[in-house]
Order: sequence, then structure tokens, then C-alpha cells
Amino acid sequence: MTDVHKGDIVIETKKLTKSYGSLVVLDSIDEVILEGEKVAIIGPSGSGKSTFLRCLNCMEDPTSGAVYFDGVNIADTRVDINRQREHIGMVFQSFNLFANKTVLENIMLAPVYLQTRRLRETRRKNLLRRIGNLFRRRKKPLLPVTDTRQTIEERARKKAEELLCRIGLQEKRDSYPSTLSGGQKQRIAIIRALAMNPRVMLFDEPTSALDPEMVGEVLDLIKQLAQEGMTMVIVTHEMGFAREVADRILFMYGGKIAEQGSPAELFEHPKNPRTQQFLRSVL
Amino acid sequence: MNEAKKKGFLRRHWIDILTVTVLAVLLCLLAYAIYERFQFAKKWDLFLEYFVENRGYNRLLTGLQNTAIIAVAGLLIGFVIGTLIAVIKVIPPYRKPTRYAQKFCTFYVAIFRGTPIVVQLLVGYYILFPIMGLTLPPVTACVVMFGLNSGAYISEIMRGGINSVDAGQLEAARAVGLPFSASMRKIVVPQAFKNILPTMGNEFIALVKETAVVGYVGAVDITKCFQDLGSNSYEYMIPYLVMALIYIVIVATIAFFVKWMERRLSRSDRRA
Ligand SMILES: Nc1ncnc2c1ncn2[C@@H]1O[C@H](COP(=O)(O)OP(=O)(O)O)[C@@H](O)[C@H]1O
Ligand SMILES: [Mg+2]
Repeated sequence: MTDVHKGDIVIETKKLTKSYGSLVVLDSIDEVILEGEKVAIIGPSGSGKSTFLRCLNCMEDPTSGAVYFDGVNIADTRVDINRQREHIGMVFQSFNLFANKTVLENIMLAPVYLQTRRLRETRRKNLLRRIGNLFRRRKKPLLPVTDTRQTIEERARKKAEELLCRIGLQEKRDSYPSTLSGGQKQRIAIIRALAMNPRVMLFDEPTSALDPEMVGEVLDLIKQLAQEGMTMVIVTHEMGFAREVADRILFMYGGKIAEQGSPAELFEHPKNPRTQQFLRSVL
Repeated sequence: MNEAKKKGFLRRHWIDILTVTVLAVLLCLLAYAIYERFQFAKKWDLFLEYFVENRGYNRLLTGLQNTAIIAVAGLLIGFVIGTLIAVIKVIPPYRKPTRYAQKFCTFYVAIFRGTPIVVQLLVGYYILFPIMGLTLPPVTACVVMFGLNSGAYISEIMRGGINSVDAGQLEAARAVGLPFSASMRKIVVPQAFKNILPTMGNEFIALVKETAVVGYVGAVDITKCFQDLGSNSYEYMIPYLVMALIYIVIVATIAFFVKWMERRLSRSDRRA
């Protein structure tokens, strides 16, 4: 809880560096993600895009530097990272739906777990206060407890069903992930992240593992979220999509953000020769 | 073509063939004994006298019960300990307490895998428990020692199971904000458990067979019961043959269920 940033900054990295042994994968990156912004990250394979994204919610611990989320340096090991990750949705290239849970359970698991834990903590605190109050002249008020395990589960289920409805997969609620198509899996992975009401969503090549005919449905869902104003960071190889959805494109090369700008600037008039070369090879 | 079929038959039914062969050999031995000694009728009468008239079967029931208790409880305790060790061993070793816990686990596994179970039983029953001021009944002491022992073996099995679960599962659980412990408990360990179920079945069979040594600390199991019956009647042949048969029947039954389970699991995988 060191710096508190005012204004619209959602995520800010300062001198973010990651190395594996002697291999420097991220080289002192300073970057800011603003509320409501849609940032696309492009770049050749191995340039550190995934690593950068995974450092934003500390799935990889930075070797040095800081990552501020909502003003909290989450790279600091004293911070309860799980509390912060709740508010950062993440979508993986390989979906990673929980194989031992049904679709509905996949979506409900984290909200129910985290809220139940919070409920337990409040109850524990109240118990301590009640015991303390026996010896206090001026009684401390108890913390309000409105939820029960049932209401938490009910609420999570309702929300999960709404989200499933939204993507038109309500009839799959009791299926296991192994019975679904890639596109269905990825859309469910997206709403699993949405069920936490995240402040920002991170996507790591969400369509790269999909058969071509399923890419569209997943991109459409992401576009919808973008239109609703969700803050997002998307690593992608879909240049058309990046251009359409993103407010800002970051081009990564060799562990650095080699160039960035609006889609129009970056795609029409790339300045860095690396960017020019990369765009020539993919467009 | 016919040759290939024959090979397939062998491969599919080798365990049955083995069982039948063993049974046949045992029967031959029995027949041989009858033929050679001619005292078979007398021995059989003696056995019946001790087993039926003197209520030897009561003791056998106790023995069966104790063998079952020690093997099942040992497996359950071993499963809990083994899972715990396996999970501790896969924690990213960033913090000092983690590293100490991991060292301890390695030590624990080395100790229990590196000494015979009989030695562990004797040391536990005659040295460790008395030193701790515990006077446990033999069966309870055996449950504890077998639990500790199989914990070491199961931890290795479980670690393999955990490693076979796609790393993305843990990542996804951590990404939605579950702590490491909850991610393991709710996502990784259940999947690992499914992967190792057949191996656990075999571990259970091994455990059943290993319990035959509990007589060393005075627990009455199947083996001990027939040993005593033999020494009381001064006649060992028939009690020991019956004993061997009982073990074979038990193990074959468990093996049958393990195979059945394996087939069901692989079928549900294929549907997926
Ligand atoms: N766990 C790891 N251990 C060692 N090297 C890694 C690891 N993860 C990534 N790297 C290396 O870091 C570099 C960047 O990887 P990555 O961020 O996945 O690139 P991108 O997503 O842009 O293709 C690559 O050279 C890769 O080999
Ligand atoms: Mg990548």
C-alpha cells in the first residue's frame, strides 16, 4: 500500500523487468493502462507479449520493478495477491476451463469461494468482538452480516445463468468442458472471468487455439465487452481485430515496447523499422 | 492372424491364467500330500477339530477383520498423508518455511521407503510409542504405522498424478483469485486423484499383502490366526494352505474391482 494513484490509471508498470536466468524477457517496461482503454499488444513470437501480460496480474513474478493495480503494488510479496486478482480477469489461449467442474460450476466457483471466505472472516471478527464486548463498558458494534452461504450461492448462480444466457449456452450449464467445442470453451472462459466483475480483462491470444470457423464468435464477444466499456489488454495475432477494437496498439520487440500509437498511426505509418518489418510479414 | 489372436488372448487373460495355474499347483500339492503321507484324513480331522469344534473360525473372523481394518485405515491415512506431502512438494519454494517443509517431506519419504515395514512396526511399537508415553493396542499401532508407511509410497504416486494434470488448470484457478491451497483442493487434486485411482487400487493390494507381518507386534490378522492354529495343533500343512487360499481369493477380488474401475474410467475418458 505504498503509492496511491489518483485519476483513471488502472494498471501501471514501473521499470517492469523479468528475466529467466540470464535471459532478459522484459526489459524495464514503463506503461500505463487507463480506465476504459482497450490496448492490443502485437509483436513477433518470443518478444515477451505473454510474459508482459502475465506480469500484469503477477502470474509471473517480476524480477524487479513494480506493477500498480488500483494504486497497489501487486509485485510486492506482502500484498495479498489473491485479493487483487479477483478484479483482474484473465483469458488464456488454451481456455483452461476446470475439467472436473461443470460449466455452471466453472463460472460460480471463484465468486462463491471468495464471498464465502469473506463471510467467514466477518463472522470470526464478530465473534471476537462479542467476546471482547463482554469485558468492555462501551460496546463495539458488530459488523453487518447480510449474506448466508445460500444467498451467496443463489446470487452467483443467477449471475452465472444470466451470463450463460448472454452467450446463448444456457443448455450447456451442466455439461463438462470436454464435451464442448473450442469456441464454446473460450466464450465460457470469458464469462467465467466476467462473473467476478473485473475492473480489467487480460486476454492472451484468445483465438490462437481455435479452429478458423470459431474465431468469429469469440472475437464478437470480446467486441461486445469492448463496446460496454470494459478495460482490456489483448495480446493478439488478429491484426484486423486489433485495428477495429483497440484504442492503442503496443508493438513489442525483444522485451521492450518498441513502438506504440493509435491503430491508424501504427498500422498506416509505422516509424520503427522493426514494426514495419513485422507488419509486412503479417499483413 | 491366428497367431496374433493367440497373443491377444494371452495378453488379455494372463492374470487369469496365472491365478488358475497357481491354484492348480496348490491343488497338486494338496493331492501330493494326501498321496505321500496318507495321513491326510487325520490332519484334516485335526484341522476341523481346532477350526470348528474349538471355535477357531471365531479367531479367523477377528483376523479377517483386523487385516481389513489395518489395510483400509492404513490406505486412508496414507492417502491423506501422501496427498499432503505431494502438495507440499509442488509448492513453489519461494519462502523458507516451504523449503523446510519440503526437506522434511523428502526425509520422511526416504525413511519410510528405505526400511522394511516389519522394522518400522517393531521400532514404532516397542520404541517410539512407549517413548511418547502411548500404550496403543497392537491393531491401532499397526494402523498408525501402516498409514505412515503407505503415506510415503502414496505421496510419490500422488505427485505423479498432480504432475499429469495440465498446468493451465492451476493457472486458471490462481487467475480467478483462488489461493494456492484452494486451487489444489478444488481443482488439481481431484483431477490427480482420478488419474491415480487404478494405481491406488494396486497400492491397496500391496498393503493387504504387507499386513501379513502384523503378528510381530501381537496383532491377530489372518496369518497370525493360522500360525497359532498350526502351533496349537502341531499340524501346519492344512492351516497354511487354507491361509494361502484365503489371501489369493481376497487379492483376486480386489484386483477384479480395480480392473473394473479402470475400464469404467477409460470409457468415460473416451466419451470425453
Ligand atoms: N518459464 C520460462 N522459462 C524460461 N524462459 C521462458 C519462460 N517463459 C517464457 N520464456 C522465454 O521468454 C521469451 C518470451 O516469451 P513469451 O512472453 O511467451 O513470448 P510471446 O508471448 O511474445 O511469444 C521467450 O524467449 C521464451 O522462451
Ligand atoms: Mg505468447
